[in-house]
Amino acid sequence: MELPTELLTQAHYWMRLTRALDERGAFLHKQSKIIGGYFSQIGHEAISVAAGLALGPDDVAAPMHRDLGAYLVRGLHPRRILAQFLGRATGVSRGRDANLHGMGDLSLGLIGFISHLPASTGVIAGVAHAFKLKGEPRVAMAFFGDGGASQGLAHEALNWASVFQLPMVVICENNQYAYSTPLARQMRIEHIADRAAGYGMPGVIVDGNDFCAVYEAASQAVERARAGGGPTLIECKTMRMRGHAIHDNMAYVPTELLETWARRDPIARIEALLRERGLLDDAGLAALLERIDRELDEAQAHAEASPYPDPSEVTQGVYAQ
Amino acid sequence: MTWDANLHAGVTTLAETGNAPLEAARELTYLEAIREALRYELRRDPAVLLLGEDIGVYGGAFKVTQGLIEEFGEQRVIDTPMTELGMIYAAIGMSFQGFRPVVEMQFADFISTGFDAIVQFAATNHYRWGQPVPITIRAPGAGGLRAGPFHSQSNEAWFVHTPGLKVVAPATPADAWGLLVSAIRDPNPVIYYETKYLYRSLKGPVAGGEAGLTPIGVAALRREGEELSIITYGAMVHEAMAVAADLERAGHGIEVLDLRTLKPLDETAILATARKTGKVLIVHEANRTCGVGGEVAALIAERAFESLDGPITRVAAPDTPVPYSPPLEDAHRPDAAKIRAAAQQLLEY
Repeated sequence: MELPTELLTQAHYWMRLTRALDERGAFLHKQSKIIGGYFSQIGHEAISVAAGLALGPDDVAAPMHRDLGAYLVRGLHPRRILAQFLGRATGVSRGRDANLHGMGDLSLGLIGFISHLPASTGVIAGVAHAFKLKGEPRVAMAFFGDGGASQGLAHEALNWASVFQLPMVVICENNQYAYSTPLARQMRIEHIADRAAGYGMPGVIVDGNDFCAVYEAASQAVERARAGGGPTLIECKTMRMRGHAIHDNMAYVPTELLETWARRDPIARIEALLRERGLLDDAGLAALLERIDRELDEAQAHAEASPYPDPSEVTQGVYAQ
Repeated sequence: MTWDANLHAGVTTLAETGNAPLEAARELTYLEAIREALRYELRRDPAVLLLGEDIGVYGGAFKVTQGLIEEFGEQRVIDTPMTELGMIYAAIGMSFQGFRPVVEMQFADFISTGFDAIVQFAATNHYRWGQPVPITIRAPGAGGLRAGPFHSQSNEAWFVHTPGLKVVAPATPADAWGLLVSAIRDPNPVIYYETKYLYRSLKGPVAGGEAGLTPIGVAALRREGEELSIITYGAMVHEAMAVAADLERAGHGIEVLDLRTLKPLDETAILATARKTGKVLIVHEANRTCGVGGEVAALIAERAFESLDGPITRVAAPDTPVPYSPPLEDAHRPDAAKIRAAAQQLLEY
């Protein structure tokens, strides 16, 4: 299937914005403006952008810390994200939660994740369950990784989704490492998608660095879920191209493995496709990058000008009134 | 029994609200009061639904939900796979889409398998990104039923320690009804500890209707006295009332405060009774260390120290699992005799 021009151009913008925002965050961390942990998602742009674009405006997603693209595609503005990174009152969690955690905003169909992966997969099962009970043609999308796959909740939530035939799509980002633990220490099987058979749902394996492949698989699963066909597990094969967090030099990853995956860079691939189809040239790319840079400059200025939360509010908001 | 009559006399808050009950007061068992509260909310609010293992077709392990699937259907009384963790996470997700799920733990003991969902996700969510989590988790807890280490636990302190949760523990049918309705309507996650021991052994008037709600965070003074305060909750309220009646015959005025809500504690009521009598005996079925009693004692020590005429004393289960064999469980569980002995000692101090 050849994807429409407009979709590819749009995806290219989001993927480039995702990477630039990621790099901007790392830069701010180097400047000690962002303190604490910082998580890079480099190499995951095709997955998060494609999965995000496969959803409709009324659908709900629960992205994780390497799904920056999904937040952006759903409409979370870089201003709010950078303010969140900087711990400001205008950040998504108003300074309550750190880095990419807790970036929830239901008006954008986004659920903030917690560090206990794959917690959001369980929550998404409940969201999908609510859609089904209300008879609404909406879909809920969960994201988890190869590490989260070893948790009991991955089993419990997928089983739940299948038993109740929920309109749910599960994106499993198999990026080979959970912190320093390689896939072979997580499981004895090669494909996490093989587990789908055990839940009685389709399991799909895609090249997670190929935007078109992820988009097609995710769109089909979303369509199927929306039509009442139940949940799908999509395993996206990719590679975590940075350490677990910014402090981690990932000396435990073989250099050849990184080199292999660097040649499969998702942005290079979509740009090659766009060039091949005559939709991108050097000047066009330079203009796009400049536009993104300006957008992020503006977002950063806004974030840096934003106040920190008022310390007198530390005990406020624990309870809803 | 005099203590029973006394207990029920202090139960309703109809006079305070000034509203006529929507339904006539009825005599219900503690278990029936829980079921009727569920039915009341299921009828009133289409957003309310029930999740749990064996709660639908089978009517629940204790038959609390019996008849509800027939009245409300399997879309609202949902039999689930055996996954407390999945169930609570699903409830959180449903709450994000406008539902108010009530989740049944078959036993409070099994709540530990759903721990992450409660203390990490539900409890922190509103603080983190401002989205309320209006879910209620029913936890049938406590002992006295020879049910052994995994069907007898009083593990409420785990959740009392967790910011973002509310924890309630009704002792009477009226509060079983009134606190459950309040919990379901609360915009926060509420853990509702129901006492299995009282399910069928305790019957009492239940006002029902809007006037029958018990507010969360308000303790109930079950009995007034001048010499000593017993502060307690759950099944121990009834043991304390028996002790108070007994000591009254010996000429002692004993006050009994039923906490009803464990988080947030009714600090005003706790401090008022401590200042009034100057002697405080705290009783709970949960084991001693870091139990709710420790927090109540610390509160009184910090804010009513000058009123105290004796050491703040606790009667609690020892720090062991709940044993099965009757002589062992009886040795483990607080009861009227143990409370009386501690009260006597404190009176003589």
